[in-house]
Amino acid sequence: MSLSEHSIDDAKATALAAIASAASLEELKEIKVAHIGDRSPIARANQQLGTLSPEERASFGKIIGQAKNAIAAAFEARNFLLEEERDARVLVEERVDVTIPAKRTLKGGLHPLTILTNEICDLFLGLGYRVAEGPELEAEWLNFDALNLPEDHPARTMQDTFFIEPLDSHLVLRTHTSPVQVRTMLEEKPPIYVICPGRTYRADELDATHTPVFSQVEGLVIDKGITMADLKGTLDHFARSIFGSDVKTRLRSSFFPFTEPSAEVDFFFNGRWIEWGGCGMVNPKVLIACGIDPDIYSGFAFGMGLERTLMVRHGITDMHDIVEGDVRFSQSFGLGVK
Amino acid sequence: MKVPLSWLTEFASIPNGITSSEIAEAFVAVGFEVEEVVEQGSDLTGPLVVGKVLSIQQLEGQKKPIRYVELDCGEQESRFVICGATNFVVGDLVVVSLPGAILPGGFAIAARQTYGHTSNGMICSARELGLGDDHSGIIVLPEGTPGEDAISLLQLLDVVFDVAVNPDRGYALSVRGLAREIAASLEVAYVDPAHQVETATFDINTSGIQVSIDDPTAASVIFIRTLQDFNPAAPTPLWMRRRIEKCGMRSISLAVDVTNYVMLELGQPLHAFDSKKIQGSLHIRRADREQEFTTLDGQVRKLSSSNLVVADDRHILALAGTMGGLDSEVTETTSGLAIEAARFDPISIAKNSRFHRLSSEASRRLERAVDPELAAIASARAAHLLISLGGATYVGSATAGSALPLPTIRFDPQFVSQLLGIVCPNSTVQAHLELVGCSITKLSDSEWTVAPPTWRSDLATPSDLVEEVGRLVGLNSIEGTLPVGRATATLSPLQYRKRGVAQYLASLGFSEVYNYPFVSQEMVDTLGFSGARAASFKIANPMSDQAPLLRTHLLPGLLETTKRNLNRGAKDLAIFEIGSVFRDVTKLTHVSPISTASRPSDESIANIYSSVPPQPLFVGAVVTGELDRDGWWGQGRSFDWSDATSLALSIIELTGNSGTIVQSDLAPWHPGRCAEIQVAGKAVAHAGELHPRVLAALGLPPRTCALAVILSELPVVPSKNPKSISTMPAATQDVSLVVASSLSAATVEAALVAGAGPLLESIKLFDRYSNLGEGKVSLAFTLTFRALDRTLTVDEVTSYREAAVASASASCGAVVRA
Repeated sequence: MSLSEHSIDDAKATALAAIASAASLEELKEIKVAHIGDRSPIARANQQLGTLSPEERASFGKIIGQAKNAIAAAFEARNFLLEEERDARVLVEERVDVTIPAKRTLKGGLHPLTILTNEICDLFLGLGYRVAEGPELEAEWLNFDALNLPEDHPARTMQDTFFIEPLDSHLVLRTHTSPVQVRTMLEEKPPIYVICPGRTYRADELDATHTPVFSQVEGLVIDKGITMADLKGTLDHFARSIFGSDVKTRLRSSFFPFTEPSAEVDFFFNGRWIEWGGCGMVNPKVLIACGIDPDIYSGFAFGMGLERTLMVRHGITDMHDIVEGDVRFSQSFGLGVK
Repeated sequence: MKVPLSWLTEFASIPNGITSSEIAEAFVAVGFEVEEVVEQGSDLTGPLVVGKVLSIQQLEGQKKPIRYVELDCGEQESRFVICGATNFVVGDLVVVSLPGAILPGGFAIAARQTYGHTSNGMICSARELGLGDDHSGIIVLPEGTPGEDAISLLQLLDVVFDVAVNPDRGYALSVRGLAREIAASLEVAYVDPAHQVETATFDINTSGIQVSIDDPTAASVIFIRTLQDFNPAAPTPLWMRRRIEKCGMRSISLAVDVTNYVMLELGQPLHAFDSKKIQGSLHIRRADREQEFTTLDGQVRKLSSSNLVVADDRHILALAGTMGGLDSEVTETTSGLAIEAARFDPISIAKNSRFHRLSSEASRRLERAVDPELAAIASARAAHLLISLGGATYVGSATAGSALPLPTIRFDPQFVSQLLGIVCPNSTVQAHLELVGCSITKLSDSEWTVAPPTWRSDLATPSDLVEEVGRLVGLNSIEGTLPVGRATATLSPLQYRKRGVAQYLASLGFSEVYNYPFVSQEMVDTLGFSGARAASFKIANPMSDQAPLLRTHLLPGLLETTKRNLNRGAKDLAIFEIGSVFRDVTKLTHVSPISTASRPSDESIANIYSSVPPQPLFVGAVVTGELDRDGWWGQGRSFDWSDATSLALSIIELTGNSGTIVQSDLAPWHPGRCAEIQVAGKAVAHAGELHPRVLAALGLPPRTCALAVILSELPVVPSKNPKSISTMPAATQDVSLVVASSLSAATVEAALVAGAGPLLESIKLFDRYSNLGEGKVSLAFTLTFRALDRTLTVDEVTSYREAAVASASASCGAVVRA
């Protein structure tokens, strides 16, 4: 076949017509081989260029190049269109109902006591407190004596303590987290700012509002010039963080051997005053027993039950739910992520 | 303490218009919690009158005794009523509710036809009037005139406050003390009932029973008032009986009622002995030897030698301040009385009470310290009442010891402002301290000497005085300020670890639980615990005798909770707990009492610390069923032993440690499916499937898995700086080795790692084929290599693989599988 402008135009027209008529990607692929491939008329025309004079080579080369480009462009356009059509069809075929429940893993959850404890610790970490912890099985001296609760003090028998055999081991299940305060004061020099969460024990029967194993959080501050106003301000801040920014607290004069003056702290929540915990200025006798000079330092301490705090905040009406370990209870709190 | 308003107003000028809730709030404001306010008689409407029984006609032919009673109710004509009670006779005075009256509970009284007669009212029992539970018969009055208003005679309208009294305020377990507090709170006048008692009439002489305090630590002062010619049949007047009842006690007999009445009024417990049963004089002493003693409740009690007692020359007569003895009790024939009033040592009384588990109205007051001045006053008050109400005559009084004044307190009045964080002028401090009974001597503006009143032995330090001013000023007047600590406050590594592990497990589908640490011996045996895990501490007074042991491991609680959840319908379950365990495996120091008067020596503190056992922190988990569940998407997969071991390893790796798995057979795990995980050669975790027999015994599903990691045993690994991240391509090489099946995969892997060189990035076991026979298994690993600075060549990587295989061959006898 001799090279002519006409034959190139013919080959181009045939190729473009074939591309335009391709109905599927498969068909288009065959057309590509026939009209663009090595043995296509255009390719063959290209191969003949070498036999031409330089002038003719330039002029035919340009014509062939333009034809090749036109065919390739038509191919890409058609290919794009056919791919679009295929994708649309396949994706429709692959459609599923994504609303069908697909809960393949168990739902886990933290116990709300953990969530609340973390919340409180974070709050006080931010106020420059350290989180102090101590043993649950504790020396009587640290749980009672050092806290101005000598043996046979009526307040000591009030506490329904679990004692460990033999009795001369002088070990008890701590009745409050206050021995952690004592340990801190024995081990560190003021200023002391600690928050002490932990498990505590008193021999109360389990019922809707009591449990023999419960959790407390206590705070202790020992520094120069600490006043009861500092205690009140700290409790206000604490209550607002836990129960909401509009919560009010009040102090009611009370008695604890380890504080003087002592008070009960209540907070006003959902229209009523609720007892929250005990507090007061650290009794100088306690400071002395721990080697802190009450003429230089003063301090405050407070303590509240975490179960009670949870019950009020989350409207939990039965203590059994908190202690029985039913997974549905922890699951309802999830990871405590807000 | 329960106290009626009518009694309080006798000493505190409580204004008329004030409501009972305002009074309750006034108590709360000065630190006395009010547990209950009972408006007595608020649901009662008259007419309620005294009636005299004129005649009784027993109606015949009824299933129960029915009487037709003629009454004189102060009206022109007799009134007739039907009555089912039989505890009265002609001439008795009774309480009659007339038609139109409404009794508590909305019980309206009307004239009605019954048993063939018209009943024109009703004779009332105590219960029908809301006076108590007694419904065994109707009330027979000791006094009254027909037609008299019974509502006022019986003082049915009153408000009773149940006031909680803190243990430092023994003085407030009396009308005297509570009236003083309410008067101070309401800022109204107060009259001290102790000042109304005439004591001079009763001179000290040798005519009556004599007394001595043989043990000077036992009591500071005692008074004995001896009376004779007492009429044991004399009734307790209604006003006294009603007051005793409103305070929650029962009327017994005049002699006993008088001692209780004076105790309620003044706060001084009294004991009435039958003076004729006293041989010689009375002695306050210790029991001195163990012996039996019968208290007036009829119980035989074993006295310890240190118990505080009241004895005569021959016998013990009373457990001092706690309960009298049966043999010296006042009876219906008693005519001679010896009234004892003592200020016993509070701690001795507390010990008596605790030793015998016997808490009485008397011991409750005496162990909280009673005003020593009251011994003389209260005994005189009782003598006056017994003389006027019981016809007794005075014989004589004896006393021993003396009412010691309390130590004075050096006090800077500005300490109030300093400690409370308020501005409180000296004049306010003075006014409030005087209101509670203190007397003040001013050495200068900043140096006062404060003498507390005799009833306030709790006032001993400047802080105590601040509290008194604070509660009267009102703690709510304090404006809060927020102090901020100066610590570089952050969580400790163990605290971070607890949080991280809990978050990790919860996000994997585990639910956190907190179990009681109380365990039964049966559970310990079922789980097959031995050694350290069988070394439990025992609670001396457990909640349940079935579970007196403290947990040595988290599994007992976790397994019980698993069971509880399954019983409630759960099927697939994953729970975990983080908590301390208690093992009696360390030799503990036993400490004797250590003074708190100053900081104990470092050695004493060290001894106290080493009397407390270490309490390691564990995380434990139990899984039963599928964690990866089945559903419309297809099959799920049960959590198996390998999930347990890999989870335990992951927990260890969370802390930056790496663990080595060792085959183990620790109970209660399956002896062939238990992994021990070691960190630095120390066992820190166990994981795997539980023993089928244990699961069967506990009623748990087969294949239940468990793991436990000792969080507090894992070393704290300093956080590492990350290696440079290579962006060069990785090269992988697979090796398939044949080794003896007794060799663990972990050992072979370690040998490969050792030989593979520094460019080994990771190694992964991807196949384990055990059907080779001859005790051989095939293990196939993928080794991934990567360099920081270049693309590795095939030759290079091949040489590393060969070095790894050579290492495995040398140390494990591994052969490349053909």
